[in-house]
Amino acid sequence: MRIALFVTCLADTLFPQAGRATVALLERLGHQVEFPRAQTCCGQMHVNTGYQREALPLIRRFADTFAGYEAIVVPSGSCAGSVRHQHAMVASRLGDGELASRAEAVAARTFELSIFLTDVLGLDDVGAYYPHRVTYHPTCHSLRLLRVGDRPLRLLRHVAGIDLVELPDAEVCCGFGGTFAVKNPDVSTAMLADKMRNIVATRAEACVAGDSSCLMHIGGGLSRLSAGIRTVHLAEVLASTRQAG
Amino acid sequence: MRAFLGMPTAVPAREEDSRELPVAPRGVGHLRGSDPFPVAARRALADSQLRANLAQATATIRAKRARVVAELPDWEELRSAGSAIKERALANLDMHLEQLEERFTARGGTVHWARDAVEANQIVTGLVRAAGASEVVKVKSMVTDEIGLNDALAAAGISAVETDLAELIVQLGDDRPSHILVPAIHRNRAEIREIFLRKMADVDPGLTDDPPALAEAARLHLRRKFLSARVGISGANFAVAETGTLCVVESEGNGRMCLTLPQTLITVMGIEKVIPAWADLGVFLQLLPRSSTGERMNPYTSMWAGITPEDGPQDVHLVLLDNGRTAVLADKTGRQALHCIRCSACLNVCPVYERTGGHAYGSVYPGPIGAVLSPMLTGIEDNASLPYASSLCGACYDACPVKIDIPSILVHLRARHVEETARGSRLPGPEAATMALAAWAMASPARFAAAQRGGRLGRLLGRGGQIRHLPPPLSRWTRARDAPVPPAQTFRQWWAREHGDPQSEPEAQASGEAE
Repeated sequence: MRIALFVTCLADTLFPQAGRATVALLERLGHQVEFPRAQTCCGQMHVNTGYQREALPLIRRFADTFAGYEAIVVPSGSCAGSVRHQHAMVASRLGDGELASRAEAVAARTFELSIFLTDVLGLDDVGAYYPHRVTYHPTCHSLRLLRVGDRPLRLLRHVAGIDLVELPDAEVCCGFGGTFAVKNPDVSTAMLADKMRNIVATRAEACVAGDSSCLMHIGGGLSRLSAGIRTVHLAEVLASTRQAG
Repeated sequence: MRAFLGMPTAVPAREEDSRELPVAPRGVGHLRGSDPFPVAARRALADSQLRANLAQATATIRAKRARVVAELPDWEELRSAGSAIKERALANLDMHLEQLEERFTARGGTVHWARDAVEANQIVTGLVRAAGASEVVKVKSMVTDEIGLNDALAAAGISAVETDLAELIVQLGDDRPSHILVPAIHRNRAEIREIFLRKMADVDPGLTDDPPALAEAARLHLRRKFLSARVGISGANFAVAETGTLCVVESEGNGRMCLTLPQTLITVMGIEKVIPAWADLGVFLQLLPRSSTGERMNPYTSMWAGITPEDGPQDVHLVLLDNGRTAVLADKTGRQALHCIRCSACLNVCPVYERTGGHAYGSVYPGPIGAVLSPMLTGIEDNASLPYASSLCGACYDACPVKIDIPSILVHLRARHVEETARGSRLPGPEAATMALAAWAMASPARFAAAQRGGRLGRLLGRGGQIRHLPPPLSRWTRARDAPVPPAQTFRQWWAREHGDPQSEPEAQASGEAE
């Protein structure tokens, strides 16, 4: 299987460890991963802020760059959701039917990491070892756009050494919402405050999620409070082993 | 200017087009706030009593709804049926409305058509005057809140008495509704007791804040109003075209008093409330109570078609209101917002609404459905902050009993807003310029890598792995959250070095240039 990594612009720039962990994990599971360097950004920020015309070249770039791969793995529910649910919609709204059908074909082969591991590779146990107390925040787009269900939790429950604590009101948004966080900073912060209160109540060492963007938001809040809880991408937990852990 | 009630007419994009095309009327009335959402929200967030009241009330309703929805094995099929019926009704709205008019008239009722709030208020005021009444009793109705009917009646010397308990609390408190179903959700019982003591002339001064005591005080106050009223005014939850039947669903029985005791009954209804067939009601009467109050069935369902000789009101009117709805119908993506049956399930699951309450939305329609409906009814420029009043978390879509894809409409309206703004101005604003620049940088891996290198200057701002202050507009982020310090190495640099490719830096890739 020819697998490409779409690392996402955010992880590429600010959270490269999430991308490196995704590569390490897939290689450990016996797969070769390619990183097509023509990739940049899925355009989600533009689409969700109303700038669809500006997003169109990014959507075309994504379809061009990943056309030749059997599977495109994304360590982000939100960016995978954008590819799957927005690319073809934007292309057809702007009258590019040819791009819309190509985007649809590529989207069908684009998988969020936990969906790729469980559905495509058929794994719940990836042989990871992570001896820490963690809680898991299911991100909105993985939950309600991609319907990941309990897949990430199944993967986490199979991690050796882990102490997985349930997060109260886990399915409530953390308040990030892309440009929402700066357009409505007060509401966003109020949502974050409640999310952090629930995370702190778990007495976990780390909050785990499948989206670097939500983790940046939650982590930024926890750091400002000096809460002593770190944020870790799901890929990093799953990539961790007894040897490398 | 002609209004085509219920016909999907195009809204002209340019002024000069309006000479040829019929123009759908804009919604007027209580659909706009005085402040943009972020400003109004900031005020609401500072009210700790409001936050506590809302968190308590929405959590209670959420849990009740979840429980009764889980009981039905065919809930998803019901949602699909509800959505399909509404889609069918809207596809031939003109036909269904004319059929409704014909059947309702044949049974002795009178139908009036109002293109906007102003016309509807004039019609209702004229009917109340013709009945010789100076006081009317009202059934809880969103649409009469939308058109500001009480104020219009007051201006004509007619006092309107709200008979729904929560609407009465809002009216006596000189307040505005903050929730579609629970208009006084922002008040707790201590505040309600205080309002009753202050505003009910005949109330027992020893009134406690015990809920049954509060309900009894309202009952005694309202009973006198019901018995003396000559005119009742209602909205409608549904109107069945094939039978000419109007339907009101409620919990208290006060609505039934208003619908049956007065001699004259006037119903104001948005044109999207019509459903084609009697059998369609069976779907909605299952969906609505479970989604709204979390009950299996609502206590009171009243239905009437025209008049029944010598029983109940003998002078019965129906005012069909457009007020921006035809303009919503003209928007292919947005028209599904007209499926809304005003259950308010989306409000109760919305993390934004739960924290700000309804007043922050400005319009009588708050929460996720209000964030899409209000801008479409008024024109986006009049409610430009509302489509952005959501984190796009999607909880509303999952809860909606008629499957309105609110997140997709929000994204669509943001695009409409950006495109309309760009058409109206020569120079891009700061946000549009930033977005264009970001898109330009992202359109080429070489430029993207260069931007990443530029961003690494952010390392200079870092203290202990975090940045505590960023310049505006990103200061809105660092006001409450730290920002990550850019790492020494981006992913693509790591990949290039790890995979030993001397041509690794994307600058070298001709294929990386933008189209």
